[in-house]
Amino acid sequence: MPTPNTLLQSEIEADYNVEAIRADFPALNLKINGHPLAFLDSGASAQKPSIVLDRMDQAYRAEYANVHRGAYNLSQLATENYEGARRTVAEFVNAKSPNEIIFTRNATAAINLVAYSYGRKFLSKGDEVILSNMEHHANIVPWQQLREVIGIKIKIAPIDDHGNFLVNEFEKLLGEKTKLVSMTHVSNVLGTIVPIKEIVRLSHNAGAHVLIDGSQGIVHQELDVQELDAEFYAFTGHKLYGPSGIGVLWGKLDLLNEMPPYEGGGDMVENVTFEKTTFREAPARFEAGTPAIVEAVGLATAIDYVTQIGLENIANHESSVLSYATKELSQIAGLQIIGEADNKAAIISFQLDGVHAHDVATIVDSKGVAVRAGHHCAQPLMDRYGVNATARASLGMYSNTDDIDQLIGALNTVKEIFN
Amino acid sequence: MDDDIRELYQEVILDHGKNPRNFRHPADSTCEANGNNPLCGDKLTVFVKVGIDKKIEDAAFEGRGCAISMASASMMTDIVTGKKLEQVNTLFDIFHRMCRGDAVDDVPIEFEDDMDKLMVLSGVQQFPMRVKCATLAWHTINAAVRGQKVVSTE
Repeated sequence: MPTPNTLLQSEIEADYNVEAIRADFPALNLKINGHPLAFLDSGASAQKPSIVLDRMDQAYRAEYANVHRGAYNLSQLATENYEGARRTVAEFVNAKSPNEIIFTRNATAAINLVAYSYGRKFLSKGDEVILSNMEHHANIVPWQQLREVIGIKIKIAPIDDHGNFLVNEFEKLLGEKTKLVSMTHVSNVLGTIVPIKEIVRLSHNAGAHVLIDGSQGIVHQELDVQELDAEFYAFTGHKLYGPSGIGVLWGKLDLLNEMPPYEGGGDMVENVTFEKTTFREAPARFEAGTPAIVEAVGLATAIDYVTQIGLENIANHESSVLSYATKELSQIAGLQIIGEADNKAAIISFQLDGVHAHDVATIVDSKGVAVRAGHHCAQPLMDRYGVNATARASLGMYSNTDDIDQLIGALNTVKEIFN
Repeated sequence: MDDDIRELYQEVILDHGKNPRNFRHPADSTCEANGNNPLCGDKLTVFVKVGIDKKIEDAAFEGRGCAISMASASMMTDIVTGKKLEQVNTLFDIFHRMCRGDAVDDVPIEFEDDMDKLMVLSGVQQFPMRVKCATLAWHTINAAVRGQKVVSTE
């Protein structure tokens, strides 16, 4: 007899029509080197559903002008679309106000904005910023750059060999000097889901603010920023089935309005004379110049699409494909999975004995399988595991067990060639 | 595509990749440089002993990388030993063009045997992303003999 839990799981799976979802993504019909595309690199960037592409096409063809400028019809329409997108994002993460949503170029730009603006205003020499051992370079380098300028200290919260985040060890790093904790939500290499609620609670108890890099998190987990209660949450549009060139920084409004602008230009100012300029409140003060108007519209459409299917349903589906992938990959002799945390999102890194990840990626590509190989912009994490590269399969809402079977078949070809 | 893959991963390459020649750190090298493929994570160090007549008396390497970069470094260190620096330059130029799929109809007779051997790496022509794997060791030896400490192929 199945337990009630597994019954529920299978009901969810039965409702989740992955084939119908796949039909919404034109790229999944591609043939690569004569094989159907098995796209297993959604963690780098996800494919786009037609609804996003069509909406963006329409926005360029019939609704396009610059925003926040003209009094004419088209400019008003474009402005409504752009600000409507901000409201969609705000609802998606349950922000208190759309003004807490700052559109950026991507998650990297969002983190840089905080490091530059918040960092220079609120941090000073000797203050400590805590990162984890599994950060993407995007959440390491901006802090090192800030360290160069003002002399902050960077501390690293460790993980265990399985890739579990060690909450107790993290707690020991918190102290009087800790001003900011900047941490990934989900590791882009290991798939580890970091207990961010616990991190926020502990950090706040220590008087520190928290920035979460949600690039890999928000695509696999529902987010409620009010419940999470961090100060900042950064993510990017292109991993969320939206276009590239648009990202989001959510921040608590009071804090955002205390932060100085990051870039200067048009649209972010209240009044400009050659003697003095005053700045508008958030989000405008952080959006100098013409923004990514149509990309914002595309992102909003992607969010509507994801919301319609339901992030929880997506997460459940991905989780079942991840279990299948883990089971199948484990059966390949000489293959080690790197990252076996108890709580994992749909990312699976691995190494094959005696074969470099790049050779793996090139050979499986000849069978139509797209995986990423390399250090995944997380070199300190690679050093932690004593490897210089891994191959990584990362899943999306459209991934299915056929993709995994194709990967397994292709990995057998790799083994044939190398043995 | 399967043929291209077999062409890329020929037995000779797999053999050099698994059992690289001159994989050591000689104590008497006169120059060395580190080569990185930042996007791939390939890292190697090339050690060279240059004699007073600007002839390479010994070449060796250490490092980690894909089969292509390891095989290329292995073959290169074999081939350049005993050659003058200017000969190595010429050979690199021809080899580089071969990897990119450009014309190589000007191979001097003195290098014909070497290029015959290096031809096994010409499979990278079909894989533009892998050209830098095949040329990393050559860029690195080039940097070493010019006194550069680090070279990156990006």
